[in-house]
Amino acid sequence: MRNAAPETVARLLAGVRADSSAVGLAEHLALYGPLETGRRDLIATVTASGLCGRGGGAFPTGDKLAAVAAERGRPVVVVNATEGEPASKKDRALVRLVPHLVLDGAAAAADAVGAREVVVALARSAHAERSAITAALRERRDRLRWRVAAVPDGFVVGEETALLNALAGRPAKPTLKPPYPFEKGLGGEPTLVQNAETLAHLALVGRYGATWFRSLGTAAEPGTALVSLSGAVARPGVYEVELGTRTSDLVAQAGGATEAVSAFLVGGYFGGWTRDASHPLTAKAGLGAGVVVAFPASACGVRESARIARYLAGESAGQCGPCVHGLEALAGGLEQIAHGQAHDHRDRLARWTQQVTARGACRHPDGAARFVSSALDVFSDELTLHLRKGRCSGTDRAVLPARGVT
Amino acid sequence: MKKRLRIDPIACDGHGLCAELFPEWIALDDWGYPIIDERPVPSALEGHARRAIRECPKLALRLQPARSNIKSST
Repeated sequence: MRNAAPETVARLLAGVRADSSAVGLAEHLALYGPLETGRRDLIATVTASGLCGRGGGAFPTGDKLAAVAAERGRPVVVVNATEGEPASKKDRALVRLVPHLVLDGAAAAADAVGAREVVVALARSAHAERSAITAALRERRDRLRWRVAAVPDGFVVGEETALLNALAGRPAKPTLKPPYPFEKGLGGEPTLVQNAETLAHLALVGRYGATWFRSLGTAAEPGTALVSLSGAVARPGVYEVELGTRTSDLVAQAGGATEAVSAFLVGGYFGGWTRDASHPLTAKAGLGAGVVVAFPASACGVRESARIARYLAGESAGQCGPCVHGLEALAGGLEQIAHGQAHDHRDRLARWTQQVTARGACRHPDGAARFVSSALDVFSDELTLHLRKGRCSGTDRAVLPARGVT
Repeated sequence: MKKRLRIDPIACDGHGLCAELFPEWIALDDWGYPIIDERPVPSALEGHARRAIRECPKLALRLQPARSNIKSST
């Protein structure tokens, strides 16, 4: 008998245990029911559901499945749980807490595209996640070859071609597309690279259907999404929200702001700053991989933006001139203003953000440019204060995490 | 058939020969790397495009037939 579909926003997180230990297979099946394998209409159902990638790209998942399924060869599925964005925690949380949801989705996707092999990719530092996935795999009886692979930590490792290179034992750097992984990926075979959260949603679409999936969210962006919320809120953490939810509602759900908030960073380091407390959480409005930071008014947005720009410059794969030079120039330029050392060269910074966009082998420079552009816009008054007086009212306080940058 | 002039940004080293040979279509950014017009190359200019492709020391340029791609990200 089929279990009743989740009726509230808690879809992926419905079964999370209070003690944060992983939900085992029996408990998982008792909650959600079984996922039938061998469904010939799964791709059509996923397409009808409107599910889009939750790793930041928001590409229609059904289209991706169909593209891989249409290729000749021996397809492979790669679960992207690398989560290289420092402020993002949701993919690792899923893997640790409800691994079978992710694995169900991977198995169903493999079945749909005709793959017999699934690789679960985790960052090297993700020890707890590796344990959880390995333990979960031991409980399962899918007719698949599973591999758990550790790849280097780093911001660009999550880009699909960089990830595939890392899995093949090559440096974790992006390569030029085309060819796209769906046509030529791991071992030269058609490869479905899918974010862990996307697969978790797929596991539920496969059970409860497209109409159920669309019963929450918006018509353009159906379903729920996980958000990693941090900053000046009472209960930072991973939340599941309907797409289209306002930032203010999310903050209320997290116990409200702990101090005055001057801005939100929506979409993480490839996203943008906004002053709008009612900013909608949708892919179109820049939700990206679901990172939201409530930035305290007492901190300095100029210095923080310079820190993140410096981090992004350091995370460049170093292959493309405009990225290497452009991101260094943007970081250096913001740092100069932050430290009150510059005359006003904001025009030059704006020109550079345009010059680096769409000029690299991947979207790293585009994301960095978007972030810097939003900082120039939202913190415009503070930038002016730094230029005139060397500082604004904010204190130099690290709010956003960035490996290797002080 | 419409063709676009495409660059491999990984192979490109910023020599800048292409911008000298085909200034109608290629400019250089603040760091000496080519910014290429994205429109299809008019047939009257295709000879210049081919010369730039031939002379690039890194073989970083090519003419790509315009086709519709399925593009996936991440």
